[in-house]
Amino acid sequence: AGPRIMAAPGGSRSGAADWGGFEDNMQGGGSAVIDMENMDDTSGSSFEDMGEMHQRMKEEEEEETEGEAGAAEEEDGEFLGMKGLRGQLGRQVADQMWQVGKRQASRAFSLYANIDILRPYFDVEPVQVRTRLLESMIPVKMINFPQKIAGELYGPLMLVFTLVAILLHGMKTSDTIIREGTLMGTAIGTCFGYWLGVSSFIYFLAYLCNAQITMVQMLSLLGYGLFGHCITLFVTYNIHFHSLFYIFWLVVGGLSTLRMVAVLVSRTVGHTQRLILCGTLAALHMLFLLYLHFAYHKVVEGILDTLEGPNMPPFQRVARDIPVVSNAVLNTTAKAVALTL
Amino acid sequence: FAGLADVSISEDIPVEGEITVPVASRSPDEDYSTLDEPVRDTILRDLKAVGKKFVHVMYPKKSSTLLRDWDLWGPLVLCVSLALMLQGGSADSKDDGGPQFAEVFVIIWFGAVVITLNSKLLGGTISFFQSLCVLGYCVLPLTVAMLVCRLVLLAGSGTVSFIIRLIVVVAMFGWSTLASTAFLADSQPPNRKALVVYPIFLFYFVISWMILTFTPQ
Repeated sequence: AGPRIMAAPGGSRSGAADWGGFEDNMQGGGSAVIDMENMDDTSGSSFEDMGEMHQRMKEEEEEETEGEAGAAEEEDGEFLGMKGLRGQLGRQVADQMWQVGKRQASRAFSLYANIDILRPYFDVEPVQVRTRLLESMIPVKMINFPQKIAGELYGPLMLVFTLVAILLHGMKTSDTIIREGTLMGTAIGTCFGYWLGVSSFIYFLAYLCNAQITMVQMLSLLGYGLFGHCITLFVTYNIHFHSLFYIFWLVVGGLSTLRMVAVLVSRTVGHTQRLILCGTLAALHMLFLLYLHFAYHKVVEGILDTLEGPNMPPFQRVARDIPVVSNAVLNTTAKAVALTL
Repeated sequence: FAGLADVSISEDIPVEGEITVPVASRSPDEDYSTLDEPVRDTILRDLKAVGKKFVHVMYPKKSSTLLRDWDLWGPLVLCVSLALMLQGGSADSKDDGGPQFAEVFVIIWFGAVVITLNSKLLGGTISFFQSLCVLGYCVLPLTVAMLVCRLVLLAGSGTVSFIIRLIVVVAMFGWSTLASTAFLADSQPPNRKALVVYPIFLFYFVISWMILTFTPQ
């Protein structure tokens, strides 16, 4: 008689916890006892344990099938036992995998729930957005009293995307052959990089200069300041007047910069600090508008040079509709930009 | 179970009994299992669902079919075909046949994800994938516009063809925006519809820009 297996007794036991590992008794002679203590559901190493057990079970079954000449019932019983055991182990493996998967899913879900952190910043009405857009062009008069900044992210985000779209639209109206992909990536990277990067930098400066402003408020302020940029670029990309661009740059850009500066001044104490903070912001904001206007030409020029070779004289494709009057401005501007390049 | 470790049975005592492992009863949704049907049935069923959604997009009515049974096959097909058609633009230049496809693909899916997140943050009741599904399917008019543009460009690329292309693209852009707002705006609180519509408008504007400025070389 070969080794017998103590099968699962009774019907009340249902879980896999009732089954245990095999003791090593390949040599036969002893009885196979299921040892529960080796079974550890929670440790990852039980995978290896189960793998070993599975291996042992297989080998034992092979031994059984070879050597057993006993009654059919007994064999059937043992076979069913084997299958049952393997089924149970299989179920345990599946259970383990389910738990691992569930852990990963709940981790992913808690990441998703982080989006709800942003929810209060998007809680706006269309009327509020419109009011804030218009207010971003009006400098405040009262700088001795800290001005309220709405910590809202919907408006700034939409303005950044609009700026990207306007940049692309400007390239379209120039009617040149453009490698759309590269320019699109550049446009998106430029706009988002400016919004996030300059906000962080000014926030850092504000921290140094002891200004009362939070990061979200800074993002919101700078984002709404891009409204002036959007208007300027939208107009000047359709009407290629360099002098018109300079007027818009000073007036529209200047107004939105003045508003941002006034709000920041109202929240900062001390002359030196105010000077540092507002000077930096004004310079960056105005220079960005200048950069957007000229870099667009430059980017187009760069691509045209690679496409058509260096035979084409530079700046020929810029602003074909310019009347004779502003040619002088164009030439000076071209020379100035060529010097800086 | 510490005590059981000592238990051992001597060989001369026969152990008898019935070993039956309770087999899990067949799950009740055995009838709905689609694993056994031939592949052709599955494909045809999915194609029919996709086709039905295309019809819904072309004639946007207030129906919830697009929302209820969302799938991303249609958007994938549309996105890939649009990206392929936009790719031929600079096939002769030594670089980017590749990056253009990737750029279009990324822009469409990234834009759709941003709009979905925005609408969820504004308090929308629609789920993530439903919104992706709607936005993807509403690219269909623009794909049709791309097809028309390519055909028009075969005939020539003068001012007349530009005007035709401009009209077609603008019309399809309006159609796309209207179709998607018809589905998406309902899931928003009524006073914030404009906030959700605007990014959709921008998204399809950028795609229309890509289509309009396409020139094969």
